[in-house]
Amino acid sequence: MAQQLTIDQINQKANQIRQDIIRMLEAAGSGHSAGPLGLADIFAALYFDIMKIDPKNPEWDERDYFFLSNGHTVPVQYAAMAGAGFFDREELQTLRKFGSRLQGHPERTKLPGLENTSGPLGSGLSQAAGVAYTLQYIDKQPHRFVYAVMGDGELNEGNIWEAAMFAGKYKLGQLITFIDRNNIQIDGNTEDVMPLEDLRGKWESFGWHVQEIDGHNVESVIDAASMSRAISNKPSVIIAHTIPGRGVDFMEYDYRWHGTPPNHEQAKEALTKLRTLNGKIKAGE
Amino acid sequence: MRTHYPLRDDVFADDVAQEPTRAGFGRGLKKAGEADERVVALCADLTESTQMHHFRDAFPDRFVEIGVAEQNLVTVASGMARAGKIPFTSSYAAFSPGRNWEQIRTTITLNEQPVKIVGSHAGVSVGPDGATHQMLEDIALMRVLPNMVVVAPGDSIEAEKATQAIAQHNSPSYIRLAREKTPIFSTEDSPFEIGKAYVLREGHDVSLLGTGTMTYQLLKAAELLASHGISAEVVHVPTIKPLDEDTVLRSVRKTGRAVTAEEAQSAAGFGGAIAELLSEQLPTPLKRIGMYDRFGESGAPNELLDHFGLNAEKMQPVIQEFIHTTPQYHRELQ
Repeated sequence: MAQQLTIDQINQKANQIRQDIIRMLEAAGSGHSAGPLGLADIFAALYFDIMKIDPKNPEWDERDYFFLSNGHTVPVQYAAMAGAGFFDREELQTLRKFGSRLQGHPERTKLPGLENTSGPLGSGLSQAAGVAYTLQYIDKQPHRFVYAVMGDGELNEGNIWEAAMFAGKYKLGQLITFIDRNNIQIDGNTEDVMPLEDLRGKWESFGWHVQEIDGHNVESVIDAASMSRAISNKPSVIIAHTIPGRGVDFMEYDYRWHGTPPNHEQAKEALTKLRTLNGKIKAGE
Repeated sequence: MRTHYPLRDDVFADDVAQEPTRAGFGRGLKKAGEADERVVALCADLTESTQMHHFRDAFPDRFVEIGVAEQNLVTVASGMARAGKIPFTSSYAAFSPGRNWEQIRTTITLNEQPVKIVGSHAGVSVGPDGATHQMLEDIALMRVLPNMVVVAPGDSIEAEKATQAIAQHNSPSYIRLAREKTPIFSTEDSPFEIGKAYVLREGHDVSLLGTGTMTYQLLKAAELLASHGISAEVVHVPTIKPLDEDTVLRSVRKTGRAVTAEEAQSAAGFGGAIAELLSEQLPTPLKRIGMYDRFGESGAPNELLDHFGLNAEKMQPVIQEFIHTTPQYHRELQ
């Protein structure tokens, strides 16, 4: 287990994750920008504080599980894993390239530390629920938790609501899922494509404990996860409001960056923005 | 002519013992659960129909009711496999793998999780429920997936053995089962191994290759053909993938003609698998018996099998015509 980091240190990890995302995507020449940047703070909180994991022993039998349901955001997970020590950061530059362990969408069998293979949307929550059910009812290990991250556009999928019913019925208290509520999907705003609201009401009516947080406030993320672990008689969902493209001002709020990587000039500018917090501080190396 | 494969003594009797293959699965699953506590079972609101209730009653803590949600059925199972379990999932084949193919592809086969997909009520012999419930495309859907094992047991005794073998086979697997009672031709002593085909009867004019419950119909057809002076070899191929190429090729090399039979679409299914094998390795005249690019319909099971040419009486003249109109290729008699 790594030492406890301060909130400031975790924020710095999130900034490093964002810079790594920009470099990876530029090198790959394809991939998704907005979602991974928007998730950087949640992943920094998960990998550097919340989850009980051992990067040197990914199959540790006391670990918490993590399921990424919207696999296209995997650059943020790769960057967080590299930062946590699952593999060297140089390997991030192989993203999406032939022979790489870092596939365009995550494949469990390729990279130790991944718990699932995803990309086609809507199936991650069920898998997380399958582990949570096993821990709660069969193996009876109440001290282990299963975390999942889903996109909001992904909630269009019926498989998600099958899983929502299932976890609600069985009161899977060890299941804690984040929804990346960034309001964008490929064809536009989520409420235009297929409205999700009343999102809180939907999950509550399925028997879930619901929290809504600022997904860029690392302290809120950590507190919400802590609260979720304390709720033992219901599965927990944390609706994390995020800004797509967060940290790079010319990408923020713009759904056109959903499935596009930065080119060299854009990447250079993005890295400067990240190092200066969009011009608020002087760049330092 | 008999081979070393033990057939039941009463196999050709009018009152041959009959039982649905799903019944054998139900017994096999319970035994698999007794043998290995990692075995768990999940069902989508068809627990008695699929015969999972034997397991549920014996191991209530290892049975999960999923409700009518086949996508969730296989993805929850994928998660349980990640947590170290050996999950069996059951529904009607029309729904699983009919509805949830992508979830099976991504979270089970690409993800290399040893989840077992049990598709009951396959084929037209489902009967009165009609075409929606008569799954005919499952063999094709499952055998095209990398890493997937596909087994269609010939009778209930074999289904029981196959279920136990699949539980201990660390691979995604599909088991195809029938609703109706079908004749039992194997015995407790008959062999079953994943990936093996078995010569049930030796002959030299044609190889009759059967999978699932159609093997029995081919055995009977071979008897009828014998009375017309035709010597048919019958090969039972319960494992469609991985295919026992050696046994099939050895038989076809000897007879020079091949017929396949399955209670499924002949395209891309078992007949398709044999066509691929023979056309690449031993081009041979081939007749595929199955459903020819059409759906079933309501009716009594035996009425439907007869209507679609899937019983011995209807197969015999088809095979005879095939033999009389095609030359034997690659005949290599010793």
